[in-house]
Amino acid sequence: MRHIISVLVENEFGVLARVAGLFSGRGFNIESLCVGETLEPEISSMTIVTTGSDSILEQILKQLNKLVNVIKVTDFQDADYVSREMVLVKVNAEERTREEVLRMIEIFRGRVVDVSPRSYVVEITGNEEKVRAFLALVRPLGIKELVRTGSVAMMRGEKVMRANDKQSKGGSNGEDVLRK
Amino acid sequence: MTSGPGATNTVTGIATAYMDSVPIVVFSGQVNTVLIGNDAFQEADIVGITRPCTKHNYLVRDVTEMARIIKEAFYIARSGRPGPVLIDIPKDVSAALTEFTYPEKVRIRGYQPTYAGHPGQIKKAVKLINSSKRPVLYTGGGIITSGAAKELRAFAERLSIPVTNTLMGLGGFPGNHPQFLGMLGMHGTYAANMAITNADTIIAVGARFDDRATGKVEEFGSRAKIIHVDIDPTSISKNIRVDIPIVGDAKNVLRRMLQVVEEDKESFGGAWDHAIADWLRQVERWKTEFPLSYTRNGTLKPQYVIERIHELTGGKAIIATEVGQNQMWTAQFYKFLEPRRLMTSGGLGTMGYGFPAAIGAQVAYPDMLVVDIAGDGSIQMNIQELATAVQYGLPVKVVILNNGCLGMVRQWQELFYEKRYAISVLECVPNFVKLAEAYGAVGYEIEHESEVDRVLKKAFANGRPTLVDAHVNPEEGVYPIVPAGAALSDMLLV
Ligand SMILES: Cc1ncc(C[n+]2csc(CCOP(=O)(O)OP(=O)(O)O)c2C)c(N)n1
Repeated sequence: MRHIISVLVENEFGVLARVAGLFSGRGFNIESLCVGETLEPEISSMTIVTTGSDSILEQILKQLNKLVNVIKVTDFQDADYVSREMVLVKVNAEERTREEVLRMIEIFRGRVVDVSPRSYVVEITGNEEKVRAFLALVRPLGIKELVRTGSVAMMRGEKVMRANDKQSKGGSNGEDVLRK
Repeated sequence: MTSGPGATNTVTGIATAYMDSVPIVVFSGQVNTVLIGNDAFQEADIVGITRPCTKHNYLVRDVTEMARIIKEAFYIARSGRPGPVLIDIPKDVSAALTEFTYPEKVRIRGYQPTYAGHPGQIKKAVKLINSSKRPVLYTGGGIITSGAAKELRAFAERLSIPVTNTLMGLGGFPGNHPQFLGMLGMHGTYAANMAITNADTIIAVGARFDDRATGKVEEFGSRAKIIHVDIDPTSISKNIRVDIPIVGDAKNVLRRMLQVVEEDKESFGGAWDHAIADWLRQVERWKTEFPLSYTRNGTLKPQYVIERIHELTGGKAIIATEVGQNQMWTAQFYKFLEPRRLMTSGGLGTMGYGFPAAIGAQVAYPDMLVVDIAGDGSIQMNIQELATAVQYGLPVKVVILNNGCLGMVRQWQELFYEKRYAISVLECVPNFVKLAEAYGAVGYEIEHESEVDRVLKKAFANGRPTLVDAHVNPEEGVYPIVPAGAALSDMLLV
């Protein structure tokens, strides 16, 4: 199962290495990892996209929680959330296909951010399905290069992920870390 | 310790502490702040190297942070599930001056160990126990760490539940108690492994379902519902899915569980005794059918030496072990009566652990008898520490069960690799008595069974660092043994 996990961490030296090392050391999957400062500059948020069975996910969440610099772990699974990723794609734009590429970009509300005689650099922002759909459509026309930011995610509505919502690690029965 | 090589030399010790939840704070030197990252002389990224084997670590970049970091380090090392913390201090930072203010409190936003078990889960657990007919307690090092031996005993005795310990849990329940089954696992007793295999309810407390304890996981307690009490949520449902997880401190949770039992005296009265009577009879049969044993045949048996050490120390010495057969025989034949009497590298299995650990214990407890039960292989990993013992006048005792080989490796080759004894026979074993004497320690030798008591008594009474070289029968194996990957019920008994 694919999960998007948000991790609030202390914005400190070496924290990214701790999180990344946890995944590699324990053989967990990372599809993407995206880090940046939050409203509070001393706290960073990481959005991690990972896959694994329920029991692996349970371990991932618990192990993340166990890191001393990790303040809060949220699994978006079963939550109402929005997620976005930005992708830069350098696509072939031959005379024959230029028009078609532009049409697709328009349909997907992308933007051409650089133009050259034989290619466009296109910026596409969207959730996973949108990005996948766009790439599937332009792939036959020839993608020269692709860079992705990885997903970021946020709860819909009023709910916010607050770092001062301290949680006692593992909660009280070891299960409530899983769904919070 | 020294930056670079000094720091990297501690990695095995740190990893050993990490696996066995031992709280230590390690201070490492680092090159000058401006040189970090430049491949300077004696530079090693020890924070990076130890990241996966410390509970937490720090690089102090400014002397004004030092007091806070030290306070935090000791707090993190000792609280929750204890573990090692490393503090790396660059040369310029250690030389810098600052006003010393030691913080009263620590505040670490992301660190909040859970001590109290969830009341609802505790009730559920007691209810499950009440409905069981074949309960067993499987307890580990968490009992010792949390200081829960008294609570465990009260709980086990109140409900008459048999108890098995992991290696790290030995001493958490008295080794001579009628309800004690001995250690479980690869070299566990027949009774312990049969009880786990046939139980309908396993109450695991402060144990982490290590593969040496569980054997083939699919068959571990496959007829049982499992209650798991542990302070570390990641230990729960990691290797084996459990039915009732309780995150909390063992002492707290056991005390609370007993209260819940007492509130429900009815359910745990005569009906309870009746319900588990058949089971207790069965467990007793297993205990008498195949107790731990060895054959005395005139040769010097390692198990005999350990039994005599137990007898002569009244089971009250602080015992360290090395790794291998010496460790397993100690676990089997030195009946630990109290917690904190055994120091052994369980999780990492680090040869060379025992002697330095014994020296440390002797520093902490100058008036106690401290004995390292060693193998001739393992002792050579840190034998230079004889110098430390002599220099500081620490009267530690080392008893080498000298079988002329890396016995545990030899045993596996005998049983599972058609007796191809590759690299396991030590063709050059030093004269340990002379070696001890060369350091200024005392050395004794034991060749025959008949000398054991006399030499051990002399060694334990001489007040000096002493090494006893006991030439034991090299053919002796550790039994029972569950072959790697087999189920606990598939024991080879002899
Ligand atoms: C540092 C280290 N290296 C290798 C091993 C693998 N190993 C486990 S037991 C053992 C043999 C130990 O021999 P010895 O100390 O003579 O003890 P015995 O088994 O004979 O009692 C070895 C090599 C280990 N546990 N630790």
